Amino acid sequence: MVPTHYYLILSAILFGLGVVAFIFRRNIITIFMSIELMLNAVNLAFVAFSQAWNRLDGQVFVLFVIVVAAAEAAVGLGIIILIQRNRQSLNVERVDLLKL
Amino acid sequence: MTDFLAQHADVLITLVKIALLLFIVLTVNAYLTWFERKVVAHMQSRWGPHRVGPHGLLQPLADGAKFLLKEDPTPAGVDKFTYFLAPLMALALALTSIAIIPFGPDPIRVFDRKIYLGIVDLNIGILALFAITALSVYGVALAGWSSNSKYPLLGGLRSSAQMVSYELALTMSVVGVLLMAGSFSLRDIINAQAIHPERGIIGWNIFPQILGFLCFFIAAIAETNRVPFDLPEAESELVAGFHTEYASFKFAMFFIAEYTSMITVSSLCAIMFFGGWLSPFPASWTFTHYLPSAILIPFGLWVIWDGIRYETIFGRIILPGVGTVITVIGAVLIAFPFLNEFIQGPFWLLGKIFFFLFVYVWMRGTLPRFRYDQLMSFGWKLLLPVSLANVVITAAVILLRSH
Amino acid sequence: MNTPLIIFFVLAFTAILGALSLILQRHPIHSALSLIVVMVALAGLYLLMGAEFVAAVQIIVYGGAIMVLFVFVIMLLNAGVEERTNFSKLAGWAGLPLAVALMGVLAAAVARSTDRVQAVTQAGATAPTKALSVLLFQEFVYPFELTSFLILVAILGAIVLAQREKI
Repeated sequence: MVPTHYYLILSAILFGLGVVAFIFRRNIITIFMSIELMLNAVNLAFVAFSQAWNRLDGQVFVLFVIVVAAAEAAVGLGIIILIQRNRQSLNVERVDLLKL
Repeated sequence: MTDFLAQHADVLITLVKIALLLFIVLTVNAYLTWFERKVVAHMQSRWGPHRVGPHGLLQPLADGAKFLLKEDPTPAGVDKFTYFLAPLMALALALTSIAIIPFGPDPIRVFDRKIYLGIVDLNIGILALFAITALSVYGVALAGWSSNSKYPLLGGLRSSAQMVSYELALTMSVVGVLLMAGSFSLRDIINAQAIHPERGIIGWNIFPQILGFLCFFIAAIAETNRVPFDLPEAESELVAGFHTEYASFKFAMFFIAEYTSMITVSSLCAIMFFGGWLSPFPASWTFTHYLPSAILIPFGLWVIWDGIRYETIFGRIILPGVGTVITVIGAVLIAFPFLNEFIQGPFWLLGKIFFFLFVYVWMRGTLPRFRYDQLMSFGWKLLLPVSLANVVITAAVILLRSH
Repeated sequence: MNTPLIIFFVLAFTAILGALSLILQRHPIHSALSLIVVMVALAGLYLLMGAEFVAAVQIIVYGGAIMVLFVFVIMLLNAGVEERTNFSKLAGWAGLPLAVALMGVLAAAVARSTDRVQAVTQAGATAPTKALSVLLFQEFVYPFELTSFLILVAILGAIVLAQREKI
């Protein structure tokens, strides 16, 4: 039996690595992928709690998170394609037309 | 030493089973290429391979030697990691899917330990197979992209779009079977068809689920990129599609992956819709248990007779030998009824798999291929609604019947 | 050091390596492949916890559909190696300590609650898929229907966004 807090520590580490990737990368697609990494870390925490308290609500919520992530990925990648078309670059710092 | 063996016996038995199954699957792959070339050739009124060994039976060995010894160039400008990863991924995933298939009902008893035929019996058998199918899209897409060339990129994108589209129809068409069996496990699906052993062939899932079977088979052919859905790798259209820039051994890996997924799909069709290891005859007709011997002994005698009159000396030695072995196996099955009972399940399952592989090869020899837009509209506009309708009808019938 | 613990450490190590590779790789396609490795490792962890249906759905939907979408877009947009732009110094100097502080806060929260988060009973649902589906279609049927609507909206949005410009 693996203690539950091992899973929670792993989830925290993955979430933190997702935040670091979000802050430091310049490519829009990589930033988007770090969001998916953060969502996965949260899913792991949900399933760990669902196993700890022997209730299935956590797993149901994980299914919903996966569905919402799929919808978000579809629309987000559509937006990324438009950004590439308009600014001819996937660098997030080139999307600065509204900057003062 | 023996203590270590006794404690970890389960792991060791599984390792031995994996090694044996890998060996068998790779050999069957090799002879499946021979079978395909022979059958397609005879359909086209020519002979196919018949020089290398008697009846061309050593052709796969020659092909294997060619693949191992040919030069393996790496084109310039490829993304090296992905270029090497793609065929590995395709091959690894295709071979992993064989582990989930059960090959027989009764376990072998060795030193009072039961060994089931089949490496593992997962609770989520079918879902695990779909997971592997979903991941095998990457092998194709990454191969096309990493080749740094136009035709492979186009072929890879088209092929992966086709695989993703037909995956939906594939998973939907199986839901009817799952509703009837009540479980994802492959053994439970076969046992659900065996509830009335007196019904024989009528109890199989093919009759209630004919729509589901047709959708599954067509979607599976599209998933494995075979004719008539093989536009992305057709020679006259896109050079060779996503595996254009791959040479000897890596091309062989894609090849083996394609034929192994053919075998997996055939076994899934046999298990889910055609009763798996169940005999089509009712259980009370016990004389049909001699059918394996009744097939093997005349076949062995014919091979001996054909071998004696063969043209080369090598054939005149080998073929009667092979024929004798086959006849002896048939006779042994009659002489030992315990062995005969044991071999019934695997015999029927392997026979059905062989039948589906023959249908695959038959379609390759007969049908023209779809154009890409026809292919995509067929998958989305016809196959997906039909499989959804199948799910709704099956669920409605089960609901009405349970009242 | 029993077998589940060894498997946990192997899978956790794989997931962390994948996440580090996501941060450090220069080409987006390699980052995508690292994320797929993370997802498969997490699916293995779900299997270890007994959530077999969620593990299968994770691989089929996340690893086999969402990441395929990412890989397609990277291929279509011909995304290359990232250029080095250093427009913002603030992100470099303030970002790393703040990220480390975030991870520290999370780790401290987890570490302080270890005695309160204990497994109540041995996890051993005999048919988790059936129980999961009963829960999904009886208690959670309203969010379930809402997510189908959400997916429809997302499909329409993606089609409208990625349309070719009408001349």
